[in-house]
Amino acid sequence: MTHDSSYQPRDFKLVGTRVPRPDGLDKVTGRARYGADMSAPGQLVGLILRSPHAHAEIRKIDASRAEKLPGVKAVITSADLPDLVDGRRDMLDILENCMARGRALYDGHAVAAVAAIDAETAKQALKLIKVDYRKLPHVTDVDEAMADDAPIIQPWVRTPGGDANKQTNVAQVSEFGHGDVDAGFAEADLVIERSYKTEQTHQGYIEPHACLASVGPDGQGELWVTTQGHYTFRNQCAQLLGMDIAKLKVTSSEIGGGFGGKTHVWMEPVALALSRKANRPVKLVLTRDEVFRATGPTCSTSIDVKIGVKRDGRITGALAVLRYQDGAFPGIWGMLGGMTAWACYDLPNVKSIAYDVLVNRPKVAAYRAPSAPMAAFAVESTVDVVAEAIGMDPVDFRLMNAAQEGTRASYGPTYGPIGIRPTLEAVKHHPQRKIKLGPNQGRGMACGFWFNFGGQTCSTVNIGVDGTVNVSVGTVDVGGARASLSLIAAEELGVPYEDVKCTIADTAALGHNDTTEGSRGTFSSGMAIIFACRNAIDVLKARAAKMWEIPADEVEWRDGQALAVGVKHDNLKPLTLAEIARKSPNTGGPIAGHNEGVADGAGVSFASHICDVEVDPETGATKILRYAVIQDAGKAIHPDYVEGQFQGAAAQGIGWALNEEYIYGKDGRLQNPGFLDYRIPVCSDLPFIDTQILEIPNPGHPYGIRGVGETSIVPPLAAIGNAVSAAVGVRLNHVPMSPPRILKAIKAQRRAEAAELDQASAG
Amino acid sequence: MRYEAPTSTRDAVTLLTKARGKGLVLAGGSDLLVRMKGGFAEPELIVDIKRIPAMQAIKKTASGFRIGAAASCAEMGEHAALRKAWPGVVEAANLIGSDQIQSRCTVVGNLCNASPAADAVPALMAAGAKAVLVGPKARRTVAVENIPAGPGKTTLKPGEVIEAITLPLPKGRTGDAYLRFTPRTEMDIAVCSAAVCLTLGRGGVVEKARVVLGAVAPTVVLVPQAARAIVGSKLDDDALAALARACEAACAPIDDKRGTIEFRTEVAGVLAKRAARIAYQRAGGK
Amino acid sequence: MTVKGVHVSTTINGDTVEFVCQPGEVLLDVLRNRVGLIGAKEGCGTGDCGACSVTLDGRLVCACLVLGAEADGRAITTVEGMAEGERLHPLQSKFIEHAALQCGICTPGFLVAAKVLLDRNPNPSVEEIRYALAGNLCRCTGYDKIVRAVQAAAKDLARDATRTAKKKPAKKTKSSGKKAA
Repeated sequence: MTHDSSYQPRDFKLVGTRVPRPDGLDKVTGRARYGADMSAPGQLVGLILRSPHAHAEIRKIDASRAEKLPGVKAVITSADLPDLVDGRRDMLDILENCMARGRALYDGHAVAAVAAIDAETAKQALKLIKVDYRKLPHVTDVDEAMADDAPIIQPWVRTPGGDANKQTNVAQVSEFGHGDVDAGFAEADLVIERSYKTEQTHQGYIEPHACLASVGPDGQGELWVTTQGHYTFRNQCAQLLGMDIAKLKVTSSEIGGGFGGKTHVWMEPVALALSRKANRPVKLVLTRDEVFRATGPTCSTSIDVKIGVKRDGRITGALAVLRYQDGAFPGIWGMLGGMTAWACYDLPNVKSIAYDVLVNRPKVAAYRAPSAPMAAFAVESTVDVVAEAIGMDPVDFRLMNAAQEGTRASYGPTYGPIGIRPTLEAVKHHPQRKIKLGPNQGRGMACGFWFNFGGQTCSTVNIGVDGTVNVSVGTVDVGGARASLSLIAAEELGVPYEDVKCTIADTAALGHNDTTEGSRGTFSSGMAIIFACRNAIDVLKARAAKMWEIPADEVEWRDGQALAVGVKHDNLKPLTLAEIARKSPNTGGPIAGHNEGVADGAGVSFASHICDVEVDPETGATKILRYAVIQDAGKAIHPDYVEGQFQGAAAQGIGWALNEEYIYGKDGRLQNPGFLDYRIPVCSDLPFIDTQILEIPNPGHPYGIRGVGETSIVPPLAAIGNAVSAAVGVRLNHVPMSPPRILKAIKAQRRAEAAELDQASAG
Repeated sequence: MRYEAPTSTRDAVTLLTKARGKGLVLAGGSDLLVRMKGGFAEPELIVDIKRIPAMQAIKKTASGFRIGAAASCAEMGEHAALRKAWPGVVEAANLIGSDQIQSRCTVVGNLCNASPAADAVPALMAAGAKAVLVGPKARRTVAVENIPAGPGKTTLKPGEVIEAITLPLPKGRTGDAYLRFTPRTEMDIAVCSAAVCLTLGRGGVVEKARVVLGAVAPTVVLVPQAARAIVGSKLDDDALAALARACEAACAPIDDKRGTIEFRTEVAGVLAKRAARIAYQRAGGK
Repeated sequence: MTVKGVHVSTTINGDTVEFVCQPGEVLLDVLRNRVGLIGAKEGCGTGDCGACSVTLDGRLVCACLVLGAEADGRAITTVEGMAEGERLHPLQSKFIEHAALQCGICTPGFLVAAKVLLDRNPNPSVEEIRYALAGNLCRCTGYDKIVRAVQAAAKDLARDATRTAKKKPAKKTKSSGKKAA
């Protein structure tokens, strides 16, 4: 049955309330089970041997001594993971990332794995595997990797549209925009160009990747895993191991953070291959060191921005050239940077040219609004520079050029109703803007955009004979979704929130669900649940009709009850859901509703942030004094968890802006693969993060929902850069704005000022 | 691997001396267990010293304080008399790691780990602390500055352990302070650090001073030139500037993941100035 | 392997527990793999994230930086020991009520650390809360709602204490703040 997915204004009874989450008790008592918290009888411990080299030919792997060690039950190399991908290059890349095939492409690349009876034995076994490496030249910097003489990461890569015979690290060039930027710049009163660099960061989820894999010689298997998408993991594992999709059951554990880093498989196929070879369950849990060296990160970038503007503040031309490194395998990350760069603005002439570049670093994965924060750092920093140059308030300047309904977005589509202007208006009137700043303090603001995503979704609603409701969804609950989805089901059916139990179903229980990414969880599963509930209501109405012995089309559903409509039924007392459910064994059996489909109509989302900082001019240390997030949520189903998404995203952006970075040595090895030296913000680093939820309904969702999870990681880099600039008069073009970088910039500025003074007094 | 938890210093020394392979002392474990986890230490024997009474307590003695090698930094923070006498030492000890680490880490462990970035060591050195060493044959007492020999290296002899740290009673108008720079407010290793201990004479003039820098050389370093820059002054701006210059001149840091040569050198001087001001106030100067 | 195990007799959440562990095995692995208490999590294994926070003789520690062998004769508490039967500790209730958890992996560590803080300092300032919890990393919340939940729990506990005090003379509570910023 098709349902109307367009937005219908309504007065909500439950949606929008702050109910306790259903998984709360398990999580405060230590009972909730995450990736590493499941065990199976007879399980083995799996461990992975990783390359210590940034780039090396693997000439030979001798595992014979490891295999002979008592207690070792399986040793595998890439030979145990043959190419079964049927020519799919993206899947072959994933396979090669799971286990190096002839060449180690980055420090931490897996080269072999063992399964043994305990951790000590497995550790001993790893030491006994002898790998004969021949070191190759490496490159880890994105600009250096684009040079003609750079070491080649993937020999098969050619630049599309380029020389078909020339090996290159530029795997993709993408262009977006409209109008004529050269004409735009010619028309401008002022043209400003700036260049920026951002370092590589990691999602930094506290839970390392972990799984428990079990495969038998009959080709049937089970996988318990921490993942953002167990259906995707199932499909990928099945393909890589040559299994039937239906015979591999994947259960998503509670997930201890993902932020994009748990959207495709890493070591799960390795665990399954070990289990298959040993014919015993294998538990494989990565260490923090492995997580940093070999999973996740987002790109480092190098970006040039050029803006032309009229004296009155109109932007006439905008150009961004973006170079993103994707690690050792091609991705779409530069392309996404190019698409998002100018999305906040209504521009007559705009262009982005984006390069996806390979380097000897781990395969890049999505990280919360992937690629947008770096592009926004470059664009939103330059926007402030331009506003200052023409003497305009940065908020007014943005308002003058902001996109709105009907604007043709720089990446193609024409916007429907959107929230960029309302967030900017909210910034303009925000109380934080009225607080007086002290010495060495500064205030900055910036905007951010994210597309949001819908995708394949499948949900079931089952009504028990006591009138309570089971909701089964296939999107992983990454941060309170079960509460939001239960609210939606309760609202739709008209039952109390407490009567709904939402479960993340395993892959055997529902049809395919796309990964929980792109802020799609509540949007898409919310939509599927609404439709599944409406299907269940049709059944409920039919059963009521049967109980009353009247035609089904004379029954209506309102506030959780069946009503008999029409004058002749005046004497019939409404039937509640529970009353109908109680009779269901005799009126046709279980009552259920189901929905499957593709959730289209995800609404784009915008945020504007305000940040106050204080910079110590003698040390370059930056303290965040105040921080405010204003974001459009479409409709906040559970405001607590919407605020939580805003705050968490802002905190990740703050960490990125100030201290987080991958530091590679000259040898191409990662220097800081741990939480001590990869400095994510601690509790005492941050202030309370003020939030303001705007609700501009998304026309493509029955409740008006937009995704909320990602957008607010986009503005902080530039908001903080703009605040630092206001505080101490130096513009940081390199993220993170760590104390050494800020101090260096301050000292350079002082020297320049002194030189200028000298010259003035001399002249 | 073996684990032993002796109840006397003598037994600990005997165990370490007779170990078949590498024997290592476990105090708080916040360095050792991290090294073991990373595969950087694979001892044959671990000697847990926390059950040795002589190493457990923090005691006020006639001549000052005796801090047992197994006493945690948290316990130092809870010792009111120690806090009052040597606030800089206690602050330095309490800066190491989180509350979780504080419950376990010890200043002796900090000293024996011999990192140039050790937080407790500069403050101990500035305060004139001594280490009581017990070896297979003899006991000896050594100034703290003579223990570190280089990154991860000490001057301890085979089988020798540190039983305690002693601190004198502060003489007259004495104040100490320790400051470090870290990018985060907590959970970081010092990028550079400075400890200052000074004694005031008549009219608030600095009579004696000890200035120590951390994370700017292969070991924590005592900088006599920096002390000389402020002795005889009332810590006026010129004296502070001279102090900063002397500190910068004493720096021989490295570029690494935690900081640059330029940054460490510059900020060491800044921290020394700030620490000197605090120490001066604590000594009763105005 | 040929390593001889260490026999340990200890108290966990008030119960006597005996186990045999390897000499180099950390308490976290013992709790999770031998005792069956999975509340403490391994986020780093190096004392940098606090997800494995437990108490050892009343002091807050990272279970990843304690050897199982060290536990002999000592008392350990974990998140599993916080609730009294059906009654949650106010910190646990307030964490749910204030949405102080998203993914929840850091939650057990935060609860144990926050309890140690409130036991020592029943009325902490925001700054004291933030510094006391600085050893516990959270990547989801930005800490905002966690700090608020701890404040709310402190208020709750103070109200309970006043009620109890009205019934009988109150015991004096010791308070010792850690470092100032």
